Amino acid sequence: MASAEPYSAPSLLPPRRRRRGRRSSLRSWRLRDQAVFVLAWTVGIGLFAVVAALVGFFAVRGAQYLRPDLLVTHPAPSVSQAGSGGFLDAIEGTVLLGVIGLLIAAPIGVTTAVWVVEYGRPRWLSRIVESTVEMIAGTPDIVLAIFGLALFELGVFAPLSYSEPGGAFGRSFLTAGAMMSLVALPSVYVATRNGLVATPRQLREASYALGKTRIATIRRVVLPGIRRDIATGSTLGLGRIIGDTAIVILVLGATLRIDTQSSTPLLGLLRGTGSTLTSYIYGNSPAGEGGAPQKASAAAALLLLIIIGLNWGVGRIGRIGGPPLHEPKRRLGA
Amino acid sequence: MLDRVRRPWSDHSAERLLGAVACLLAVGIILMIVFIVRGAWPTFSHEGLSWLGSGGSPDSQLGAMAYTSSKPPPSAFVVHAWPLIYGTILTAGFAVLFALAISLAASIFIVDFAPPLVRRTMKPIIRLLAAVPGVLYGLVGILVLVPLINKYLVTESEQQSVANVIQLTGGGLGITIVLVTLMITPIMTALITDALESVPRAWREGAIALGLNPLRATLAVSLRAIRPAIIAATGLAAARAIGEAIVVSMVSGGNSFAPNPADGKIFFFEPVETLGSEIVRVAEDLGAPAVHSTLYAFAALLLFSSFALSLSAYLVKLPLRRYQVSS
Repeated sequence: MASAEPYSAPSLLPPRRRRRGRRSSLRSWRLRDQAVFVLAWTVGIGLFAVVAALVGFFAVRGAQYLRPDLLVTHPAPSVSQAGSGGFLDAIEGTVLLGVIGLLIAAPIGVTTAVWVVEYGRPRWLSRIVESTVEMIAGTPDIVLAIFGLALFELGVFAPLSYSEPGGAFGRSFLTAGAMMSLVALPSVYVATRNGLVATPRQLREASYALGKTRIATIRRVVLPGIRRDIATGSTLGLGRIIGDTAIVILVLGATLRIDTQSSTPLLGLLRGTGSTLTSYIYGNSPAGEGGAPQKASAAAALLLLIIIGLNWGVGRIGRIGGPPLHEPKRRLGA
Repeated sequence: MLDRVRRPWSDHSAERLLGAVACLLAVGIILMIVFIVRGAWPTFSHEGLSWLGSGGSPDSQLGAMAYTSSKPPPSAFVVHAWPLIYGTILTAGFAVLFALAISLAASIFIVDFAPPLVRRTMKPIIRLLAAVPGVLYGLVGILVLVPLINKYLVTESEQQSVANVIQLTGGGLGITIVLVTLMITPIMTALITDALESVPRAWREGAIALGLNPLRATLAVSLRAIRPAIIAATGLAAARAIGEAIVVSMVSGGNSFAPNPADGKIFFFEPVETLGSEIVRVAEDLGAPAVHSTLYAFAALLLFSSFALSLSAYLVKLPLRRYQVSS
């Protein structure tokens, strides 16, 4: 008995010859379209190459010049690169300025965003507030820097910086931090606003139904829900503070070492001048007077490392602690 | 004190408190504008609008101002800032043009053509590029690119031909444009990519179904739909480009010369100075009232130009909301 071969009916469908649409094959495109297509790929790969070159350059320079002792020694005035010390003060300055700037920017940014989104009455007033924030986001940092310098030289602000009977010096960690908060503010504001807008209405309504007031809902339900947005915005703002040079050079003084202005422990430091990694790089590059390009490259490698770390952190923040309250809309632009 | 914070807040007072903070911020920013305009006032009152014109070198004019007395006569305010304004327009204009072309191609690539894996890697890369501090670009420029240009692109005879006017050191208009382009491209790409992604898929698919090839569909439908977003991105990038100071001051050659397109190839190697980089360069002399006022006039010009650019970006974007295509 012949084994029962399963009978397969001959297919009525024509053999599948062309899976893709007629025009989707690149060969059938017009030459000009092909050229544009190739161009798009080239640009994409080109951007990739730029990043690779930048990271590669600083990785090599960092490996060459970035030694651990540079991170823990104070800079010293010297004409030779061998004697000019490390950049401990610049690292401390970067951290201190970032902390001060964020401490000012985060509460103000969050408060403003909450008011604009949740209350926003009268309408025209919230429009004005929104557009001023928009304006500060577009203001060049050099304008902020020169504004800060002249503002804090006024006698009223003398306690914030080193001052003598003739007038205030205007340059200190406090004044530079105040200006830096304006640099970070738009990031915090925009992230908080987007988070608030994206929070589902039902969440608020459920809270109202339980008898909570509006502000209680914001404090206990909405704000905890958008913690991540706020953290992302703050991290982005921190990145902008760390990367800023103009304000440091003009308003922080870009001194070689951190110069405290009095012996009072904290206040003396805050009223003192200093430098950050960016101003250290600028000052030691051929553009500044330092003339220690190797040290500048080492500091630049460190700075790039910090920026990459922050960037990675921004990506991570979005994912910690379970599913998000609202469907996060991943956007490329801030 | 802490107890008061912990207790439930009254809705009414909370609204007032939050509103007060927001309004204080707005008032502060508006005061900043007033402060800057007030600082620039002596230049405007003594010079009118003629300081925007050309004549002489701003470097030497500002240098002379630094030595004027604390109560300077009106003649001390003489400045002709045209070379700086021209330099700003030149660098920002070229940079925005290049960045526009690059970011259009890049975002089309990212959204419509890149394989998923490439797309997933491109996005963090764009984000990283946007976050790289400008001073790093400046450092690469001054340590690597400027010497390279000086060695391979500028010939001895070209240096000789202009030696009695300017020095060609490699730094100048060309490298400045390249670095500013690098700095604004990621932001523009990010904005355009966001807009392209928000175009409903069906629109483009409909065009493909009608027989357009995918590229044509993108050009004809998606790009057309986000035209306002492209203009807005261009405006924002331009605002950034005109305000870039540190990078420009590092690689621009340090001479407020007005590059002359008639010079041919050397045009791109001629030194240039923008409003922002001139502020960085002269800020040490801010103590002299005439310098103070002049730099504030520069700052006011920068502030209002960038404000106009971002405002127009905002206005142009408004009609987009009708189509629910965000940007």
